[in-house]
Amino acid sequence: MPAKTSTRPPTRPAVVAVARRRALHGWAYAAPTALLVVGLFVLPVLLVGQMSLSDWPLLAGNQGINAPQNYVDALTHRFFWDSVVFTLKYTVIATVLLIGLGLGLALLVQESSRWSAVLRTSILVPSALGLASASLLFYALYSPQVGPLSPLLQRLGLADGPVSFLGTPESALWSTVFLVVWRFAGFYMLLLMVGLQGIPHDVIEAARMDGANRWQTFVSVTLPLLRPSLALCTVLCVTGSLLAFDQFYILTKGGPDNSTLTVVQLIYNVAFQGQNDLGVAAALSIVVLVVLVVVNVAQMRAMRAGQED
Amino acid sequence: MTTTALPASPPRPQVRRRPRAPRARLAGIALRTPYWVLTGALALVFVFPLIWAGVASVAPQPGSSQVDGWGLGNYATLMEYQAGLPQYLLNSTLVSGMTVLFTLVSSVLGGYAFSRFKFPGRDVLFLLTLAILMVPYATLLIPLYVMLNAIGLQNTLVGLALVLTVFQLPFATFMMRISFDAVPRELDEAALVDGCSSFRALRTVLLPAVKPGIITVGLFAFLAAWNDFVAPLILISDSTKIPLPLAVANLRAQVMGIVDYGATEAGVVVMALPCVVLFLLLQRHYVRGFMSGALKG
Repeated sequence: MPAKTSTRPPTRPAVVAVARRRALHGWAYAAPTALLVVGLFVLPVLLVGQMSLSDWPLLAGNQGINAPQNYVDALTHRFFWDSVVFTLKYTVIATVLLIGLGLGLALLVQESSRWSAVLRTSILVPSALGLASASLLFYALYSPQVGPLSPLLQRLGLADGPVSFLGTPESALWSTVFLVVWRFAGFYMLLLMVGLQGIPHDVIEAARMDGANRWQTFVSVTLPLLRPSLALCTVLCVTGSLLAFDQFYILTKGGPDNSTLTVVQLIYNVAFQGQNDLGVAAALSIVVLVVLVVVNVAQMRAMRAGQED
Repeated sequence: MTTTALPASPPRPQVRRRPRAPRARLAGIALRTPYWVLTGALALVFVFPLIWAGVASVAPQPGSSQVDGWGLGNYATLMEYQAGLPQYLLNSTLVSGMTVLFTLVSSVLGGYAFSRFKFPGRDVLFLLTLAILMVPYATLLIPLYVMLNAIGLQNTLVGLALVLTVFQLPFATFMMRISFDAVPRELDEAALVDGCSSFRALRTVLLPAVKPGIITVGLFAFLAAWNDFVAPLILISDSTKIPLPLAVANLRAQVMGIVDYGATEAGVVVMALPCVVLFLLLQRHYVRGFMSGALKG
């Protein structure tokens, strides 16, 4: 009730004092967030910058500045370019499949019937699992000893002998892509469904009245209006895929023959597996960080521009 | 009679038409049969791996602890594995519990501050919190590893939970801020005028109003912490302190290169069960999280 606040007309110094006390309270409530953000986000970002410019072995710690040696070592690492190419390839495949499938599923299940609700729930259940749990599950599912998929494919006549899902570079990539699609399709379906529900119904109705068929309506009305949601999905999917780690660490360990080594796996290996060089790992991290910030900013720009049209 | 159980709208869901004439309806049923077959198969593809894991974990299998007959042999193996399943479950529960607690305390207080108070640096802090989203998680773990070592939190579940909390903050703070924003200001202003302290106004008036937001934030924090793999992989080296996903992943590499798939399946079931149950119970809150995420875009 606004009348209540005006019952005692405050004097000017009193107003200032109240505002100052409110500000103090505000800071007090924001203090836990501020502590966590500064201590475990801002400082690590600064530290990773310093580490990338220093000689920093895993066990010995900081040995002083050696710029730009870490960056030279990082960019000339024998697996660096292979891992970049592989990560990009994986990102393109995963993003195209996930967003295409997510959109298809969203269109399929958006009506409000009981059967659609059942479908939605079944498609969403995998996204409650952790990526690590899902990867372990598919590790067993793909295994030549106990996995049911290989016998199934043979019985259906789709394969001649036992199928090796993780044995060759190509099959390992596609098997991992299948796992990721299984785990994340529901996630993108949900995001795109929210976007579809945001499209006013009369716009689509109007297009239909003007004689547009379903396909024309979809391409020239629904898709453009869905652009913000599609852009958000692309940002999330590209970022997530560029940083892929769990699924490859568990399913393929980067194999066979380092053919499925992603950039983040390379960082992990350089830091903790054998080479134990945190300086080079930090330099790689900075490279990834800069690339991601640039990609994200570019995508958000594109999204803004799309909204202004 | 069956028509009442059928969905009223035609297969292409973006079209919402009025119920058709009887002949058209018959044709509709005929047309819908392939739709049901297709969508049913689709649902099966998504659910099958989960069901398979559950069945396979108790089914007889060569090379596992359940060679003949159905039973819980694989779970028994898991109980005995190194520090034992109870220890790993305890670790996972502690980490998830602490992460949920830290996330809720910090995001509820923070959301309240961002929504209701004006203070210098407010917008900078809020943007900085959202900026965590921009920075890849995995690349921050290396400096975090060094920092936790420096302050003596290496190898501790508390340190791990704090790190996991930070990566929950962008979503959690955003979610709580819009939850508080949605509550009419008159509500807490009335309480303040009646002489409540700002904390009491938060506790007695606002908290009940933002409860759905709290459930959503808590659910996401729990799922993220329970399932996280990379952070403990890098931050925890003591094998008695690792959480469940890491323990089950390590389990595969044991026993002279021979993978015990049975125990792996049992481990997956133990990890997945709480997530699936929570998801089914709180699906509405889970979906709400996405709605706010989409709003942001």
